[in-house]
Amino acid sequence: MLALYIRDLKLGVRAGGGALTGVIFFLAVIATIPFGVGPDLNLLARIGPAILWIGALLASLLGLDRLFQADRDDGSLDLLVMSGDRHMAALTVFVKCLAHWTASVLPLVVAAPLLGLFMNMPPTGIGAAALTLLVGTPAITFIGAAGAAVAVALPRGGLLISVLVLPLTIPVLIFGVSASYGAVAEPDPFLPPFLILCALTLFLAVLGPVAAALALRWGAD
Amino acid sequence: MRLIADNLSGERGGEQVFSGVGFALEAGESLIVTGPNGAGKSTLLRILAGLLPPSSGAIGVEGGGEGFPTVSAASHYLGHENAMKTALTVSENLGFWREFLGEPHLECSEALEIVGLGDIGHLPFGYLSTGQRRRASIARLLVSYRPVWLLDEPTAGLDQASEHQFAALMKAHLDDGGIIVAATHQPLGLEGAQTLAMELS
Repeated sequence: MLALYIRDLKLGVRAGGGALTGVIFFLAVIATIPFGVGPDLNLLARIGPAILWIGALLASLLGLDRLFQADRDDGSLDLLVMSGDRHMAALTVFVKCLAHWTASVLPLVVAAPLLGLFMNMPPTGIGAAALTLLVGTPAITFIGAAGAAVAVALPRGGLLISVLVLPLTIPVLIFGVSASYGAVAEPDPFLPPFLILCALTLFLAVLGPVAAALALRWGAD
Repeated sequence: MRLIADNLSGERGGEQVFSGVGFALEAGESLIVTGPNGAGKSTLLRILAGLLPPSSGAIGVEGGGEGFPTVSAASHYLGHENAMKTALTVSENLGFWREFLGEPHLECSEALEIVGLGDIGHLPFGYLSTGQRRRASIARLLVSYRPVWLLDEPTAGLDQASEHQFAALMKAHLDDGGIIVAATHQPLGLEGAQTLAMELS
């Protein structure tokens, strides 16, 4: 399993892996917002957490279509599915998700504080946004894995995956943003939405890989 | 060790491609599957590997013990694709499969030496020619042990010397008590192999 994690991580960061696509997209979206919204610093600070979350959500959907498709194209997926007796299929998917998250989504979390400065967010707000992104983005990857598994046989499945997955990520977005606001806007609480966000991630860490493994098992051709 | 397929039928896209295929192979025996394009050779192999459900019939292994309870757990599957990543080196690819598939057998360097790629293990897989890629993929059969080899056109792209070498590898596997099921159009040089001729339905 560790071997699979390391392989996918290497593939993600090497040339053609596409791990940087997400970060660059994220950077482009957030950097253009202040120009579009205008120089109203209070407004920017007000919408900052939401913009960071939406940017990160969309950026993390970008690379999902290759999660299983790359393995399917070169025949590796057959061997991963065949070894289902040795390694539980859901665990294999889980490890692939973790590797994908580390290579493609973790850089977004790292870039978020810098981009928070663009949005004139206060230090606590930046910290809270980065923390909620760290906790919440794995959930998006886990749901995305189920979508990617369903669309694995479709040549241009990327858009379909986004459409399938986006509605399911809305709860993660809502609680992520409300926890980020809770840290700065006074009467709003931080901890309850943050804990719900943690619970969502844990719940989807089980449900997503199991659903994806079933889809891969029965979608083979 | 015994590989049994009983009255199998398979379908592709809702259309039946073959039916009533059955065989039993003991340790050390091999089966060559022949037939025209579209007769269902690859479908049969994918059903044996557990990648497609049979539309009727059953497959199983006997005497596989704890390590190899099902056909898919007991088998190496060498399909049309090589299951290697072009961005990783040949050794990295092999090392990954050796660790992931379990039951480690030969060292990666030994296996590469045997298939004649000993000195290019450090190259990215993407730089290799078609025949070299196939040989690297054959080395995967050697780094991790499986009693059953399911081979789909194993010699596609191989030159004559490599074909002979692969025939010797298959013979060694059979002498070792292995089982081989190979779909092919070319003679593989396996002596005493059973033949299953599939026909267009």
